[in-house]
Order: sequence, then structure tokens, then C-alpha cells
Amino acid sequence: MSTATAAREAAPEVAQSRGPKLLRGWNMAALIFIGPAVLLLAVFMIYPAVRTIALSFENGLGNYVQLLTADPRFISFNLPPSGSLFNNILWLLFYTGGCILIGLIVAVMATRVRYERVVKAIVFLPMAIAATALGVIWRFVYSPDPDTGLINAGLGVIGVDPISWLGNATFVNTALIIAGIWGSAGFAVVILSAALKGISSEILEAARVDGATEGQIFRRIIVPMLSLPISVIAVTLTINVVKLFDLVYIMTKGGPGNASNVIAVQMYQQFSARNFDYSATVAVVMLIVLIPVMIFNIRRFRSERVIA
Amino acid sequence: MTFGESVAVEAPPRTTTERITRTISKAPIHIALAIVGLIWLLPTIGLLITSFRPASDILSTGWWEIFAGRLNFTLDNYQQVLGSQGMLNSFINSVIITIPSTIFPVFFAALAAYGFAWVDFPFRDSVFLVVVGLLLVPIQMVLIPLVQLFATMGVYGQFTGLWIAHTAFALPFGIFLLRNFFITLPRDLIEAAKIDGASSWNIFRTVVMPLSVPALASFAIFQFLWVWNDLLMALVFAPRPNGLPMTTQVQNLLGTFATEWHLLAAASFLIMVVPLIVFFSLQRYFVQGLLAGSVK
Repeated sequence: MSTATAAREAAPEVAQSRGPKLLRGWNMAALIFIGPAVLLLAVFMIYPAVRTIALSFENGLGNYVQLLTADPRFISFNLPPSGSLFNNILWLLFYTGGCILIGLIVAVMATRVRYERVVKAIVFLPMAIAATALGVIWRFVYSPDPDTGLINAGLGVIGVDPISWLGNATFVNTALIIAGIWGSAGFAVVILSAALKGISSEILEAARVDGATEGQIFRRIIVPMLSLPISVIAVTLTINVVKLFDLVYIMTKGGPGNASNVIAVQMYQQFSARNFDYSATVAVVMLIVLIPVMIFNIRRFRSERVIA
Repeated sequence: MTFGESVAVEAPPRTTTERITRTISKAPIHIALAIVGLIWLLPTIGLLITSFRPASDILSTGWWEIFAGRLNFTLDNYQQVLGSQGMLNSFINSVIITIPSTIFPVFFAALAAYGFAWVDFPFRDSVFLVVVGLLLVPIQMVLIPLVQLFATMGVYGQFTGLWIAHTAFALPFGIFLLRNFFITLPRDLIEAAKIDGASSWNIFRTVVMPLSVPALASFAIFQFLWVWNDLLMALVFAPRPNGLPMTTQVQNLLGTFATEWHLLAAASFLIMVVPLIVFFSLQRYFVQGLLAGSVK
């Protein structure tokens, strides 16, 4: 965290260096340093992104009207609601909420034992694993064959018949979201555990002396003091949810039927089916959903000026 | 940031009695953490054990049978996926795709980041803001036009196209991360080098680069893992049929052998081996890189 301190010290000087010097004009140095990156970004990101927006408007607003009002695979308002956008909302609520809840519980418990490092490393490990491999691991856990799948084997012990977790529209989203939480909770644990260390032990001791229970300390002191890191995690995981592709594509391809589809997978399906303008429309919707989240993030960077 | 040692929230126990009392009162925490540990380890361990079991055993019994002492260890699964199922070829493809897709972004992002941090030019901050704004563009926003553009350039379905796509897509984050690190370098150091007559290029090469190894390493590791684990870009841009990296190859295997767990388990572990080595050997940079990369 020494970087953060250094950043704060250096920031005012950097601010002072701007101003008149900026008027000196472009020079070779500037072109050599930023030229290659700016060229790459202009040709391979900005131009394609603008083309995608143009493509989505190929039939005027037709694609958007179709997507938002007449495509039950994207969003259906009939009760119960369904569609990939709806599933993304389920992910947003339960995956983000689940990661934060588990992150809080594990981080708080881990600070109280000597093997904290080990616990955090174990929970963080899935962050290193490709979502592709993670998908295979969980397809295996959920296998309907009780001689293969851990969960159905466990259910067999208590006399419950095997359930096809990924083949059943009722369970599939829950099953996927659990796999997602398993993959990302480590991120929340590491951030929250670092934040917990910032809470002074004197406050906690004072509360204990005053007779607060551990439960009260958790709800009244720890959670409020962690509100900033929690919002950071929520924003990060929200971005994950909007871009969620690999795990769902590997585990169910959005099925059975359309039951577990999400917008990024639907975009790819439309792309594979060569419905380019329609798939561009889905991509633009992803972008629009990301804008407010990203504005929050950039504001945070500008106020913090830290890298990690 | 690492998985640092725990900071003692309470005073250390003074007597043996106190230590025992405290251990007992903490029993629920130990039990809960043990359950957490099991939930996070068992799925992976189960697949790892399965990858070493003969196909016939996998069909008849679960991997947990080894706790009853029944394990017939075999390397046949790995031999089969690496050979006839093409995972060795895919492993090599993953390396061919990942290495340039890591080196190019680190190099171009470091150059640009230095420009944005220490070179004066008009509209510097506005240009930088545009670059940061590109962080929000998801891959899906560029896929379709990139296919057309690469086809025109003659690099569609070639490693070159994939390298370009990964490099461009990594730049906003890389520039952002490295620029924020570079501006923390001591101003005096860079001014002194300027007064000594060093060119911007020499300052970049001999002053800034050596001081920025931690930031460069974090970004490089993050980018390496991003590309190594990438599925979407590979599905669209990787050379077919012989240039597929391991992620897409496993996805193909899933389509053909959805329940052939001896193959799927071994293939999945081949994807995981390199990231796990990185994880255990460079844990500090790894965690830093992943946390920093969470903005992507």
C-alpha cells in the first residue's frame, strides 16, 4: 500500500506541472510514446466500436424495439419473467450478494485464526483457474450420475433421487450462480480482509468492554466501516455479471432451452448465427448497461489514484 | 497486497488455561472455516483425482472411493488427451497465442503510460481520459467489425489477428495501470535526468523501467492469465482447426465427449497447470495483478 501513499504525495506536483507547458505543442517524444498505442486503439477498438453501433441501427430503431419488446429469449415480462436479461439480473442480485456475504463471513472469521493465510489462499485459488476449467469442475460436481457427481452422491446417502441440476430449468440458474460465487468469492475475501485490518482494534476492544456481543460488533461496527470496500466489490462483480460468458457457455450454453441464457452468450449465439446487426444491438445494450458502473469506477480511481 | 499475516485483534493468551479456553471458544470458527476449506477444495480435488483414474473405474465408482483405499493410478488419460485429442498441440497454441499477446501490450502500454505521465503535449489529459473510457468497452462491441477488418487485412483466423485483438483490448487497462504507477515515481529523479541531458527515451529505458518492475510484473501476469484463460476471443479469431488454444479445445471436447470424464478432467487440468504454477510462485504479483485487473 506504499504506492498509495506515494501517489498522494506526488499528485499535487503533477497537477502543478500542467498548464502553460501544455501549449508547447506536439513533439517527437509524444508521438513515439503514445503514437503506437493510440493508433492501435483507434483502428482496433474505437473504429470497430463505432461500426458496431452503426450496425445496430441498420433498421433504424427496429432491432432495439425487437430486442426489448418482442424477443422472449432476451426479456419476457410474462410471469414468471425470463430471458437472458432477466437472468443477468438474477446473477446481479444473488452472485454479487452471495460473494459479498461469503466474503464478509470468511474474512471476519479468518482474521481470528492463525491460519488466515491458508484460508484466504484456498478461497482465492479459483480466481487463477480459467472459467472454462471451472465450468468443467462444476459440471462434474453437478453430474446427474450419483457415481460421478458429488452432490447427487451426497443426496443418495440421505435417500434423495439424483437431480439433473443443469438440465432442469428450475435449478439451472441457482446451480450456475453457486459455481460463479465459488469462483469469485476469493476476490471479496481478499479485499475485505485487507479492509478489516484497517479497523482499529481499539474500537473493537472498546465495544467489547462496553458489553457488545460479537453479532452486534459485526452489524454495527464492522459492516458500516466496510461500506466503501463493499461498494468496490459490488461494482467489480457487476461488471463481471454484464460480461459473464465463459462459465455459462461451457456449462449450459444457455440451456436447457433458454433457461440459463445471459446477454453475453446471447450476443455470441446471434453472432454465430450470422445475425450481425441483431448481435451488435445486444452488444450495444451491454455497453449501455456498463456506462454508469464504469463512471462510478473512474470517479473512484480519480479520487484514490491507487493501482490496487 | 498479499495474503498477509493476520494482525492480532486480541491480546495474545497469557496462560495455558487461557489458551485452552480461547481455543474451545473458537471451536465454531474452526469448524466453519474447515467447512469453507472443504467446499473450496473438494470440487477441484475431485476432478484432479479423476484425471488419474482409469476410464472404467470412473464409470463405475465416484472419485471419493479413494478414501476407501481404492485407487488405480494411471497416466493414460493425460496420454490420450495430449495425443489423440490434440491437447499437446493446443497447449503449444496457447503458448504461441499468449506470449506475444502479453509482451506487446506490456511494451506499448508502458510506452504510452510514460507519455501520459511525463511527456507534455496538447490535450494530454483529454486523450488519457478517452483511453480510460475505453475500459468500459466489452469485447462484444468490437467482435463483428474486427472479423471484417481482419479479413480485409488477411489476418482473420491467424495468430496475428488474435495477437492484435488481445493487444488492443489490453491497452486501456495497461496504460491506466502503468500511468498511475509512473506518476508516483519521484519527480526529482526524472528532472535530474533531464538536466543531465538524457533523452525521454533514455529516461524511460534506464530510469522509469527499472523502477517499475513490480507494476510491469503485475500487469504482465494479469494479461498472461487473461489471454491464457480466454475463451471468447479464441472462439472467434483462433486459427481453425489446428490453431485452437486449450480453452476452445476443451469446449470442443465437451461437445463430443460430454460425459467422458477421464478426458475432460485431464484436459481441464492441463489448462490449470500453468496458472497454478504462476499462482504459487509469484503469489504477490498475482494477487496484485488480479485485484488491479478487477476494473476490467
